[in-house]
Amino acid sequence: MTTSAFVPLRDPRRARALAEALSRLTSRIGRDPVSVMHVCGSHEQAIARYGLRATFPRALDVIMGPGCPVCVTDLPEVDEAVALASSGVRIATYGDMLRVPGTASSLAEAQAEGATIDVVYSVSQAVELARTSSEPLVFFASGFETTAVATAAALLGEPPDNFSVLSAHKYIPPVMEIVAEMPGNRVEGFLAAGHAATITGWGVFEPFVVRHGIPVVVAGFEPLDILAGLVRLLELVLEGRAEVSNMYPRCVTHEGNRRAQDTLWRVFRPAGGNWRGIAHVPSGNLRLRDEFAHADARRRFSIDLTSLWGHAPSPLVAQCLCGEIMAGTASPAGCALFGRACTPDAPVGACMVSSEGTCHIWHQYGGRPFLGGDS
Amino acid sequence: MSDRILLKHGAGGRAMRALIEQTFVQGAPGELPPGSVGLDAMDDGAAVRLGDRWLVVTADSHVVSPLFFPGGDIGRLAVSGTVNDLAMMGATEVVGLTCAVIVEEGFSRDTLERVVQSMRAASREARASIVTGDTKVMGRGEIDGLVISTAGVALTDRVVRDAGLHPGDRIVVTGTIGDHGMAVMSLRHDLGLEGDLASDVAPIGQLVALVLGRHGDAVHAMKDPTRGGVASALHEMAGKSGVGVVLDEASLPVRDEVRAAAELVGIDPLYIANEGKAILGVRADAVDAVVATLREHPLGRRAAAIGTCVVERQGTLVLDTGFGRRLVAELEGEPLPRIC
Amino acid sequence: MCLGVPGRVIAVEGDVATVDFWGVRKTVRLDVVDEPVAPGDYVLNHVGFAIRRIPASDIQATLALYEELLAAEDERDPMAADVAGELRGGGGGRP
Ligand code: SF4
Repeated sequence: MTTSAFVPLRDPRRARALAEALSRLTSRIGRDPVSVMHVCGSHEQAIARYGLRATFPRALDVIMGPGCPVCVTDLPEVDEAVALASSGVRIATYGDMLRVPGTASSLAEAQAEGATIDVVYSVSQAVELARTSSEPLVFFASGFETTAVATAAALLGEPPDNFSVLSAHKYIPPVMEIVAEMPGNRVEGFLAAGHAATITGWGVFEPFVVRHGIPVVVAGFEPLDILAGLVRLLELVLEGRAEVSNMYPRCVTHEGNRRAQDTLWRVFRPAGGNWRGIAHVPSGNLRLRDEFAHADARRRFSIDLTSLWGHAPSPLVAQCLCGEIMAGTASPAGCALFGRACTPDAPVGACMVSSEGTCHIWHQYGGRPFLGGDS
Repeated sequence: MSDRILLKHGAGGRAMRALIEQTFVQGAPGELPPGSVGLDAMDDGAAVRLGDRWLVVTADSHVVSPLFFPGGDIGRLAVSGTVNDLAMMGATEVVGLTCAVIVEEGFSRDTLERVVQSMRAASREARASIVTGDTKVMGRGEIDGLVISTAGVALTDRVVRDAGLHPGDRIVVTGTIGDHGMAVMSLRHDLGLEGDLASDVAPIGQLVALVLGRHGDAVHAMKDPTRGGVASALHEMAGKSGVGVVLDEASLPVRDEVRAAAELVGIDPLYIANEGKAILGVRADAVDAVVATLREHPLGRRAAAIGTCVVERQGTLVLDTGFGRRLVAELEGEPLPRIC
Repeated sequence: MCLGVPGRVIAVEGDVATVDFWGVRKTVRLDVVDEPVAPGDYVLNHVGFAIRRIPASDIQATLALYEELLAAEDERDPMAADVAGELRGGGGGRP
């Protein structure tokens, strides 16, 4: 039990004390609901995993924002990977990406039709796979800046010539701006992703709070981390203070991890691009710099998407309310496709794709996602 | 939507059940003597009424990559899988097993012999014997190495179903969960994990015989939590029985290594496969005695009561995490390591 | 979004550390961590890379931080003092 030092951070008794503080703060704020947003799938995962939603006060609305890099991977990005795989190029990717639907199919479906796809846990494994043969191997890279750092480190580590990267990496800070500016959003504070902030530092949010006048709290992922982060956030909301508060100091500093930032920006540059279901996000995508053109699958292969165009994206996509759901202005119940044309087996929008998506969770749990109150 | 079979159709979750229902069960003819359990029950095996007893029959195909893994191999898996399916129907008096192998051209003879030795050893442990078999060889590349199909036949005086849970029953698991799936997954996805991850693959017919011998009627339902893990097995049991199940997370027996590995790859141990465990639905007043009996047996040392059947929320599984309660969703596809 | 798991460093060799996670060991790359890492330290692992060294003392510091938070709450609401008291006396939970 060498990691036992972390056990206290999962102590239900401490959690109860924090949950009670949450209730008192919510009623003191006095609005119903008080809406805050987290922008991190791992926060949602931990909230769901530990059943924390059942401990939140009823009037506190914790909205899941666009915090799942898998969900927001755009159709054309999946299409590129599927096209490469279908043309016989070996693809390695994270398990999360396998079932994400593209225009015509997902990688899992391409695999069923004969494509070679390896699920890896780390980019290092993909590099090792490339070393075992001379055939080209493309690493379909997804994830936010935290994960992009690992991809960057692998590219700086002199991978073999047959290794290249198809980047679907995303950069979080710009999307928070987009959400904050969405018309009709009721978000009164953000819970920022602790692991992304481990890289970027909490200072990255300072201009944001100044611009938008709402607080940001950086929080970790143990149950107590999340509850304490929310308590801090509600304190700031109550006092009307728009500032950044770092509740994850064991991992996050003001400056962040400089070495990781250097690694990241040496290899990647920010580029504008679409996030599925959200919007065009300026600087929201991470693309390889020209110096790494040799390892950029987009430049090494002429990826032919024409065969997919016959499939024209499903007209259903236009009806998807994901953007509004992630902005907290709609719920899955308001979507005509929910549970009918859009299910976890055949997802239309981003929120149904990943196990962290709002629609997915609602669907799995029969429209009543969390067992609040009853015992 | 793809009209092809995908890996998720074999993963033990909802997709697999739907495929079996739509393709194999619907429209299948089948007249069994009254009191029998047939294909439509989708239980661990069939029970055919023979006089005042039942003949229980089950069939299984085994593919595993790699063929040898810490704690076992495909041979032990094949025998255990079949013996355990029989036992889950209450049939621990095994008449015989059959074994059909399909081998890929070029497969090492030595390896094949090791697998057969392992099957023999497991059969001895299970007090069962392989009474007939069949061998086919296919061209290189036409199959991957080795496929073993086994069938088992056993007799019993009482059939235990997976659909027999009653409100108030306690849920018991016969030992630690997630061991097999985590051991195999860490090899298959080359996770580079070192440590004591080993499969629990074992024939548990004798363990089940011990419990049924002593507490017979108190055991209302049984199922082995193989593919899809404890969560999938309980979903199925709860759905068929028309009860809800509330699990107490703190009492789930999980080895530290499995918990850690599962956390690293982001998979809940409740969804990870077991090959030497059973889930029992037990009358509440007998639960302590059942757990005590299980713990007497080497394969039941870490048996524990992990939950309770309730009237509400039929067919669902609720987990009490100690922080709050949440629903445990049905498995979607094969569990894969994730990064987020 | 970014699954990060803390583990304790057992050995360091060049840019690679062997890290123990509750009895499971795994090698973790040190290419991007910004502080020297030594056996006994905790590191935060994400997809096989250490992204942060966590001094063991920081865990206690975290708990202290949360208690401060509740203490500040107490001042606002004296009724809550007993809860905070319970928190401070809170025992160990499950891993
Ligand atoms: S149910 Fe599907 S289509 Fe509707 S908002 Fe959710 S993801 Fe979009």
